[in-house]
Amino acid sequence: MTANLGATPTIVLVGHGMVGQRFLEALAERGLTATHRVVVLCEEPRPAYDRVALTSYFSGKTPEDLSMTDMEFIEKHGIELRVGDPAETVDREAKKVTSRSGLVVDYDVLVLATGSYPFVPPVPNKDAAGCFVYRTIEDLLAIEEYAKTRASTGAVVGGGLLGLEAAGALKGLGVETHIVEFAPRLMPVQVDEGGGAALLRTIEDMGLTVHTGTGTQEIVTDASGAVTGMKLSDGSEVATDMVIFSAGVRPRDQLARECGLAVGERGGITVDEQCRTVTDPHVFAIGECALAADGRVYGLVAPGYEQAETVAATIAADESEQLAFTGADLSTKLKLLGVDVASFGDAHGTAEDCLDVVYSDSRAGLYKKLVIGRDGTLLGGILVGDAEAYGTLKAFTGSVPPVSPESLVLPAGAGAPAQLGPTALPDEAIICSCNNVTKGTIRGAVTEHKCTTVPEVKKCTKAGTTCGSCVKVLGQLVNAELEASGVEVDKGLCGCFSQTREELYEIVLALRINTYQDLLDRYGREGARGGDGCEICKPAVGSIIASLAPAIGASNYVLDGEQAALQDTNDHFLANLQKNGSYSIVPRIPGGEIAPEKLIVIGEIARDFGLYTKITGGQRIDMFGARVEQLPLIWARLVDAGFESGHAYGKALRTVKSCVGQTWCRYGVQDSVRMAIDLELRYRGLRSPHKLKSAVSGCQRECAEAQSKDFGVIATAGGWNLYVAGNGGATPRHADLLAQDLSDAELVRLIDRFLMFYIRTADRLERTSTWLERIPGGLDHVRDVVVHDSLGICDELEKLMQAHVANYRDEWAETINDPEKLARFVSFVNAPDTPDPVVGFVPERDQMKPDLPLLSIGMRPAAPQEAALEGSVQR
Amino acid sequence: MTLAPETTDLKIQLQLDGDWLTVCDLSTLFPGRGVAALLPNGRQAAVFRDRTGTLYAIDNRDPFTGAAVLSRGLTGTHQGRPFVASPLLKQRFDLESGRCLDDEAVRVATYEIQVS
Ligand code: SRM
Ligand SMILES: Cc1cc2nc3c(=O)[nH]c(=O)nc-3n(C[C@H](O)[C@H](O)[C@H](O)COP(=O)(O)OP(=O)(O)OC[C@H]3O[C@@H](n4cnc5c(N)ncnc54)[C@H](O)[C@@H]3O)c2cc1C
Ligand code: SF4
Ligand code: FES
Repeated sequence: MTANLGATPTIVLVGHGMVGQRFLEALAERGLTATHRVVVLCEEPRPAYDRVALTSYFSGKTPEDLSMTDMEFIEKHGIELRVGDPAETVDREAKKVTSRSGLVVDYDVLVLATGSYPFVPPVPNKDAAGCFVYRTIEDLLAIEEYAKTRASTGAVVGGGLLGLEAAGALKGLGVETHIVEFAPRLMPVQVDEGGGAALLRTIEDMGLTVHTGTGTQEIVTDASGAVTGMKLSDGSEVATDMVIFSAGVRPRDQLARECGLAVGERGGITVDEQCRTVTDPHVFAIGECALAADGRVYGLVAPGYEQAETVAATIAADESEQLAFTGADLSTKLKLLGVDVASFGDAHGTAEDCLDVVYSDSRAGLYKKLVIGRDGTLLGGILVGDAEAYGTLKAFTGSVPPVSPESLVLPAGAGAPAQLGPTALPDEAIICSCNNVTKGTIRGAVTEHKCTTVPEVKKCTKAGTTCGSCVKVLGQLVNAELEASGVEVDKGLCGCFSQTREELYEIVLALRINTYQDLLDRYGREGARGGDGCEICKPAVGSIIASLAPAIGASNYVLDGEQAALQDTNDHFLANLQKNGSYSIVPRIPGGEIAPEKLIVIGEIARDFGLYTKITGGQRIDMFGARVEQLPLIWARLVDAGFESGHAYGKALRTVKSCVGQTWCRYGVQDSVRMAIDLELRYRGLRSPHKLKSAVSGCQRECAEAQSKDFGVIATAGGWNLYVAGNGGATPRHADLLAQDLSDAELVRLIDRFLMFYIRTADRLERTSTWLERIPGGLDHVRDVVVHDSLGICDELEKLMQAHVANYRDEWAETINDPEKLARFVSFVNAPDTPDPVVGFVPERDQMKPDLPLLSIGMRPAAPQEAALEGSVQR
Repeated sequence: MTLAPETTDLKIQLQLDGDWLTVCDLSTLFPGRGVAALLPNGRQAAVFRDRTGTLYAIDNRDPFTGAAVLSRGLTGTHQGRPFVASPLLKQRFDLESGRCLDDEAVRVATYEIQVS
């Protein structure tokens, strides 16, 4: 690189997108910002932001949250960043770039990182009002504005990755959404026919309308020129108020063409393995605008990052670091509209002689395919509906996995052996493909750089800092490495206590310690004593104290004295916090049985307070959208009508579901409703390590789904069968049969013991299912303890439960009669009658839902003003 | 940050554009639990008191979700520094600097606070 004699050599970067920003970081890392003048021409009105996470704007992220540019970094390295000032011309002869504002910069090295533009098919009226593309924050702002003011129906042209993201966003804006895809299936590039079918089913189930195998022919407009519909190539027509084009992207190579740089036939600035343009050694191109040496234009961020590093290394001309970009992996994992979709390696099985292993369950929206070579090498695969194994599978690509391929795609519980852990991976396996970090590098971070936590390893290696899909595997590796290198992995509850939850339970019970502060000051870690604890141990200890309240002489009302400060916000307000700061209310409806009068009361209250109502999955009714100051008013009426807290907010008993049972059902053999009500009233209010759910079915047909519950009861001709440790949720588990043909009294006694033994020995936030799988001896041990009393503790367990039952009081009845507690139920301490202005609602299907845009824009002054405001009040 | 003597008629005040705004009685603040105050400029402050009686005030808006709920989070001490954990997605914020401990790029405003 020849520099202007005497002057500092200048690097000009055109385009400040994701790859541009990474290039600047790569320059700084190699000290090049100190030896060079660096000028950045940025076309967009804001510096680089996370385009990959663009759609999260619609789930509440603000443009500021998406920013990837730390202004301190820019200043510290003396980078001249010109926002909103694109490059207009390049004179390669004179080595000058001219910007729109008229700035002329002499460069020694020019790096083009101009990205792509969305391709809009040349159909009539493609520029009509109501037509959009999906690429920048500005695009999103425009789409949001139009959808909210002028559209009730929208159509997305293109059913690929971005099209589905755009469709999800439209749907989230409350617009009825169509997707039009030319190919015969959705995401044609990433998934095959089977995967496309699973995806289609799931997406249609979400209420989106999909048109595949047909293209857009014309946009139809009204007299004012606004979109009203779309004609499709199959002759049909879709009525729509807006259209988002998402039919692929094209490299932005205009600037390069105009200054005579070679471009590919289908676009893209032609570069060599160092990303240097083939036409001019002083000019480089990286990111989506570059046609790489392997003849491809990469539309993903990871290859762009690699190119950015390559160019920085080339400029540094550092002998020790000869980087070259020869191609990249196109693996992707996404969560589209809530569906996991991943593809990696040779996903379509193009290699000769390769075999497929397919598991498909279209009812559940699952499709998993692995492509395996003749010799057993894993070549690639597609996962739809469950991409849990993506990280591990991707890393094994190119090698023969140590277990059979079938076992890698079968769902847990369907005969699959223990999941293959990342510890089995070779050191060269790529764990983070966004940042090209191998397992070896991650291990090195632990062994050589002494990182001991995932955040430290992320900082040290950059792994996990982009799309985040590798973080889970990262965590497993870090722990495994720590254990292997003899670092004792701390099993303590949190930074404040070195004991496990179980040990703390024993200490509290044995020494009758009934305040958190006392426990922390006597048994906390050295540095934590005398402090304020943390959000992990406070609720955990609060729960232990509540479970044992009568036995240790503590109040059994969770808002009394110090206990109030230990509760998670839900328990503190005795309601469930929702995403906009409002609360939901779930009164107890034991066994799911409710008389008409009570139903009417709920209806009246919901109507009077304008609440959204929904039947829950737990056989009761949830009322959403209450402001904090409305909670006592609503509960005064509920208590008056005979309702009590349903503890939907607590780690406590939730519901005991029932089927109608013997009373009505022709098959029923016992009164399942009565038993469900008895059990729910017995265990209501019982605080436990995690929530507790139960159900009672009147016969083996199992309409109440008791075998998916923490404790489930199924009627038999001779009494009741008790099942324990079932779970729905993320990791479903069928319950195990603990005992058979029990009488009413035997059943209750066994459940008393089982629950108290669980509360005593489980970890924080450990459901009965994970607890049973973890504890040594598993089911047999639990049976020995609670059925055969092998530890001789059953008496004590029963006594503890009896004390709980005898001392139960309804928390809400207690609260509405206590003026001091009621004073806490306000939005503002200095304006108790003023509601929180950020809590707003908009109509949906005859009811209402949270006004989410209010959260992102509502109270937020424009950016520069805010900065000033913060400065003026900061210490 | 001021040490608060234990008296009931004492008021908590926040500094706003050079003036002191009274938000509540000291006695309404329960150690380990916050309250929210509405400010004349439309913003909201979350005010906390730790077990030693030290007071803190930061912006009430949770930057990760946009909801005005930081006052409803649980407080604690991390390496000797006070923090509050957002009740929504649990990120921790340093009560003295407003910095998010889980994401260096994020920070909430802080307010001068006194008792008089
Ligand atoms: C309201 C409801 C959905 C609905 O509209 O139907 C619901 C809503 C929530 N569920 Fe649920 N779950 C609801 C029934 C269920 C069920 C079905 C059931 O109980 O029969 C399950 C599967 C069964 C199970 O738990 O084994 C279920 C499995 C979960 C899980 C996963 C638990 C697991 O062990 O994997 C979570 C997350 C957690 O607890 O960590 C969860 C967490 C939640 C939370 C608390 C998420 C949150 O933190 O905000 C939701 C808050 C409710 C609120 O704000 O009021 N919810 N949730 C249902 C309330 C039932 C009730 O009347 O109390
Ligand atoms: C909604 C969406 C979701 C995505 N999801 C993923 C994903 O999950 N995984 C993944 O790997 N990739 C994803 N991508 C693709 C990823 O965003 C791009 O690969 C990446 O942004 C490319 O970076 P870049 O710097 O090359 O281009 P860009 O980020 O587009 O930046 C180029 C910049 O250059 C500017 N520019 C253009 N011409 C000029 C000029 N003459 N002067 C000055 N500036 C100019 C542009 O305005 C732009 O700001 C997604 C993209 C979108 C839109
Ligand atoms: S579980 Fe048996 S008794 Fe209960 S409703 Fe179903 S069929 Fe009837
Ligand atoms: S794979 Fe995307 S951050 Fe690691």
